[in-house]
Amino acid sequence: MRHNLSSIWMVAQREFTDQFRDWRIVVPMFLLVTLFPFIADDTTRQAVSFMNRFGGSLILDNLIPFVVLVIGFFPLSFTLVVALESFVGEKERGTIEPLLSSPMEDRHMYLGKLLVGITTPLVFSFISIGIYLILVARRDVAFPGPYMLTLILLLTFAHAVLMVSSAIVISVQATTIRAANLLASFVVVPVAFLLQGETILIFWGNEDVLWYAIIGVTLLATLLVRLGLSHFRREYLLGREIDTINLKWIARTFSGRFKGDATSIREWYRKEVPISLRELRQPLIIVIGLGLTAGIVSYLWVVKNVPAYVDLSPDRIGEFRTFIADNLNNLDSLGRQLPAPALFFHNARTTVAFLLLGLVSFGTLGLTLFIGNIALVGGVMGAAQLVGYSPLLAFGAGILPHGIFELSAIFLATAAMLKVGAQLVTPQPDKGLGEIFLIALADWFRVFVGIVVPFLAIAAVIEIYLTPVLIKLAFPYL
Amino acid sequence: MIETNDLSKQFNNDFWAVDGVNLCVEPGKILALLGQNGAGKTTTVRMLTALLKPTRGWARVAGYDVTKNPQAIRANVGVLTEQHGLYMRMTGEEYLEFFGKVYELTPRARKARSDYLLQYFGIAEAAQRRCGEYSKGMKQKLALARALMHDPSVLLLDEPTSAMDPESSRLVRDEIARLRSSQRTIIICTHNLAEAEALADSIAIIYRGKILLNGTLDELKHVVLGPVEYEARFAHSFDAGDLNLPNGVTLASRSADSMRFRVEAPQAVNPLLVHALASRNAPLVSFQEVPRKLEQVYLKTMAEAQGVTYAA
Repeated sequence: MRHNLSSIWMVAQREFTDQFRDWRIVVPMFLLVTLFPFIADDTTRQAVSFMNRFGGSLILDNLIPFVVLVIGFFPLSFTLVVALESFVGEKERGTIEPLLSSPMEDRHMYLGKLLVGITTPLVFSFISIGIYLILVARRDVAFPGPYMLTLILLLTFAHAVLMVSSAIVISVQATTIRAANLLASFVVVPVAFLLQGETILIFWGNEDVLWYAIIGVTLLATLLVRLGLSHFRREYLLGREIDTINLKWIARTFSGRFKGDATSIREWYRKEVPISLRELRQPLIIVIGLGLTAGIVSYLWVVKNVPAYVDLSPDRIGEFRTFIADNLNNLDSLGRQLPAPALFFHNARTTVAFLLLGLVSFGTLGLTLFIGNIALVGGVMGAAQLVGYSPLLAFGAGILPHGIFELSAIFLATAAMLKVGAQLVTPQPDKGLGEIFLIALADWFRVFVGIVVPFLAIAAVIEIYLTPVLIKLAFPYL
Repeated sequence: MIETNDLSKQFNNDFWAVDGVNLCVEPGKILALLGQNGAGKTTTVRMLTALLKPTRGWARVAGYDVTKNPQAIRANVGVLTEQHGLYMRMTGEEYLEFFGKVYELTPRARKARSDYLLQYFGIAEAAQRRCGEYSKGMKQKLALARALMHDPSVLLLDEPTSAMDPESSRLVRDEIARLRSSQRTIIICTHNLAEAEALADSIAIIYRGKILLNGTLDELKHVVLGPVEYEARFAHSFDAGDLNLPNGVTLASRSADSMRFRVEAPQAVNPLLVHALASRNAPLVSFQEVPRKLEQVYLKTMAEAQGVTYAA
């Protein structure tokens, strides 16, 4: 342990020396830290004066936490500069090779650089926040309590880890600063969206809601650190031409994995698809577990809590039932309003959206969307219970017939998406990140093309033509 | 000792950067690895320093297998990389101190080794200056000092004297020769053929990842350029007529005042050849080996590999 820490500190110490001797890093950072709080303080004064005259208490009450978040974020933008410089810069200047030729372990190098990438911008960020809070304390404006401030500081810390760990992942994929800078937009743009989302939480949510953001960002940052650790390997860092896109190789790697050893579609279905399904066993157990939990919890929550918010008097329930009956009467014409192919494409698009979200978040966002969808089903069952219908009958007649295929397809697609995320953050010594990504994607497409697409097609036909009939049979009194 | 067998490296599953390299360098010997840019020299060195894993074959360096004991290899190998790899905002002394720590030397050993190397390479006076202020030659010397900091038993040197002035080059060459005499195993990758000729005990020429030739300089000359040639120069025009040449000697070329002979075993045959010339009253002024350089060997080998005609 002591040896590990001393090696990490050795790398960090050298990086700190290098950073603080470079005026191009120190001067802008110093200016940002010392000037920006004053500008922000004056902006706060003007905003307070404006809102005192014209109203806007919601903004006024949460103005300082918002400004603290922004002030804390600005110095954090240096995490990208520091991290890219520290990793790609070293590669480009050839200074990393002597280090890689030494007995120092990969993870020590990675963690040392991660420490520096996080620490310097974070310290400047906290100093900047401190200066602003001292300046703004004299103003007549709602000052956030220690709890709120702690949450914002934790969020700032999580941002720093997220940005540095993302920048390191980018650095591993680039051999020149130019390439890394171009790739940096993959960090800047999502973090900008994230910041906007957090701003909404500050203005519209309560303090506790910020915990979701902190936990979410920390989870993502942890996965990125793990991804960085698993791919920060000598072999990969010195690999050839990782900046270039070799389309031939990409096509070969992807199709090789997708097809496997099969020579015909029949053989592919007989040999390769079962292999993919077997490999999905573990993620499928997780997905089924989470899905069931989400459905049941959502059902119970609706049954227990909704009556407190919604008027469920017999008259009102009667209105609900009439409304439902009116809508279900149109089920006969469902096939005309929503053709089966359109439904199929909608469902297929949703599974692809799960994948895309999963790709940028190592499965977490895709899984969140999946949980949300299943929770919605549970919620609908809960609502059915509240208005006096049997939830089991509603499920059996309204969801199960097509759900056998649709839910199976969605569970399998989500499990495959989760596996893609897991593969990306799992060290595979013989493969680079690009190869792992392509193989994971091919695995997902095998399940998608082989099972999900046919299942969704069958489900769409059943949902349009059979489910309405079954609902009418199950609820003849509607 | 460095030993490789069928050492190969494939990138992106489609390009063999190194293909079936067999090398053996014993302690106290220097191997010069020659080849064009991109021939596979750096990849070979990187596999020998356990930076890249061989796709096929194996290598043992300082008694350790590159795949099984990468850390032990890195601790026992000194590497001078293609780029000097100095941290420009560190002083020379700080730089060596840092690498001393990386190689886990004690503070005392770090100081002693750093002082010695800075002194030896004549950069002690610049030790407190930042590396960014060094000249190219000084940077190269400091990089070499770094490679020697932990006193490794195996040295892999990529262009050790590039960018150096003649005096510094000489100093580095002397140091390499000294290291050889202290039983270090050394591989030099270089484009400087004169340097390879002066330093190397054996030479390997690599082309597109494959070793085309490997042996001592004399062996390479014999294989590529044929048997040694000797030239007899005469004081004036001399017609040897039907000269009866001893066995193992063939006439390579002749002019009015000189003759060139290709000799298989000079030690045994040259006295007979000189005697044959003398017996014909040849006005012999000199009889000496025709100098043949590594450059000729290299260029001819490369020309043959590329399928072009070698113009001597």
